[in-house]
Amino acid sequence: MSKKYDAGVKEYRDTYWTPDYVPLDTDLLACFKCTGQEGVPKEEVAAAVAAESSTGTWSTVWSELLTDLDFYKGRCYRIEDVPGDKESFYAFIAYPLDLFEEGSITNVLTSLVGNVFGFKALRHLRLEDIRFPMAFIKTCMGPPNGIVVERDRMNKYGRPLLGCTIKPKLGLSGKNYGRVVYECLRGGLDFTKDDENINSQPFQRWQNRFEFVAEAVKLSEQETGEKKGHYLNCTAATPEEMYERAEFAKELGQPIIMHDYITGGFTANTGLAKWCRKNGMLLHIHRAMHAVIDRHPKHGIHFRVLAKCLRLSGGDQLHTGTVVGKLEGDRQSTLGYIDQLRESFVPEDRSRGNFFDQDWGSMGGVFAVASGGIHVWHMPALVSIFGDDSVLQFGGGTHGHPWGSAAGAAANRVALEACVKARNAGREIEREGRDILLEAAKHSPELAIALETWKEIKFEFDTVDKLDVQ
Amino acid sequence: MPFKSTVGDYQTVATLETFGFLPPMTQDEIYDQIAYIIAQGWSPLVEHVHPSRSMATYWSYWKLPFFGEKDLGVIVSELEACHRAYPDHHVRLVGYDAYTQSQGSCFVVFEGR
Repeated sequence: MSKKYDAGVKEYRDTYWTPDYVPLDTDLLACFKCTGQEGVPKEEVAAAVAAESSTGTWSTVWSELLTDLDFYKGRCYRIEDVPGDKESFYAFIAYPLDLFEEGSITNVLTSLVGNVFGFKALRHLRLEDIRFPMAFIKTCMGPPNGIVVERDRMNKYGRPLLGCTIKPKLGLSGKNYGRVVYECLRGGLDFTKDDENINSQPFQRWQNRFEFVAEAVKLSEQETGEKKGHYLNCTAATPEEMYERAEFAKELGQPIIMHDYITGGFTANTGLAKWCRKNGMLLHIHRAMHAVIDRHPKHGIHFRVLAKCLRLSGGDQLHTGTVVGKLEGDRQSTLGYIDQLRESFVPEDRSRGNFFDQDWGSMGGVFAVASGGIHVWHMPALVSIFGDDSVLQFGGGTHGHPWGSAAGAAANRVALEACVKARNAGREIEREGRDILLEAAKHSPELAIALETWKEIKFEFDTVDKLDVQ
Repeated sequence: MPFKSTVGDYQTVATLETFGFLPPMTQDEIYDQIAYIIAQGWSPLVEHVHPSRSMATYWSYWKLPFFGEKDLGVIVSELEACHRAYPDHHVRLVGYDAYTQSQGSCFVVFEGR
């Protein structure tokens, strides 16, 4: 039935609050935590979010009638209380699939977390979760390789992988930097990593770094008989420079490159991921700037959304926090989003912060990377929390060893293998962690010294962003 | 005064991936790992290679993967039989996971020379 043009301002809820709507399997669903301005009814706030993140604008416009907006509009179909919080509520919004370009995470985020976040009727707004429909997922390439292929390429099975970031993170020449890489890898690590701040600075241009690192990787492989890699950071000012660096890494026979996906941007990331698939390279993903976006409990984007977006955009490893180290991270919430990285189906589970069933279909998995302020004493907890499909990265916990990085690497490797062996043998490694490490140290002076060095270091602060559960 | 340094010298060791940094396992410890592989629903698989080829992707299968084998003793005797047949080869035990097409576990039980 055709409609008449009725100029003026309508309440959003007349159009965008549809509590009877049953979401379609092809809808993209989102859960926002909304905190409205005082006096604005919840339904109006929620409908405004649905409108402003989809087809709506503040005034009725004549050109709406040239199309069937009911087909394209986002709809708020449910409102829920936030446990333990009187001023905020959850709004569940369904978006029709045709609002988004195929395979474009950039497009999804531009809509969902665009103008709406500055909307005056809201005090705060946080995107808690997105349920991506299978119809959208199948348009995304996802991880260039995935967990299974990465294990096959690197010949690492039955345990978490072990890495570390090269320190000091800035200021080393290419040759000195390669030396530290060599020390770590010969000592028993699987991977070393460029610090995210390392791009191509005056003290160490990228090409020089790549060449010295490649030599360090090759030598350590020859001497240890194991596969090794270094995440060569290709993040740069322009996509053209990123591809140039990636090509050179490949030319040097290196297995893995690295990108910072939030500062670099989703478009750059998706492009580089596609390059990696085509060129047989693994892709490590750093997440600088995430805490700006995800740490405030009432405003921004929860990291589980950023993690889901990365799996779709493409990456083989993603930083997830450590739970136990120096950086923020709630245990249940972390378990919730590492599932989103690695599993093929993740059921709704509010105790882990997952608001929807999420089916990933055949999309490859992403290794969870735990890095930041961790040391050997954390090993039992890390193995228990993160399981085998993870990369555990000890920076200070490797280079800070009194004998140097190689001994620090060996200490971590012994500790890791002792924990995995004990777990397989049926021991409760978190409870018996101390005994397991002390037993292992009897055969490893490197581990004994590491245990002594870091015995008093703890990072026990309360988490700022807690799950909304009571 | 005699010179005394507290800094040790770390010597690079050639290792064979997972569990390469632990001392050789006892018989009981190997049993525990086989029990873990079976409990996960993985198929035990024995592979061997001459040490000069240890970095190769493909090691030789010993017979075929022991699909569905639940008896620890059988796996131990196959490991020993492989070691007897190829005393100078590395022999490793794999827990093969057909669901992921990956190896849930993989470690060298006998090191060749």
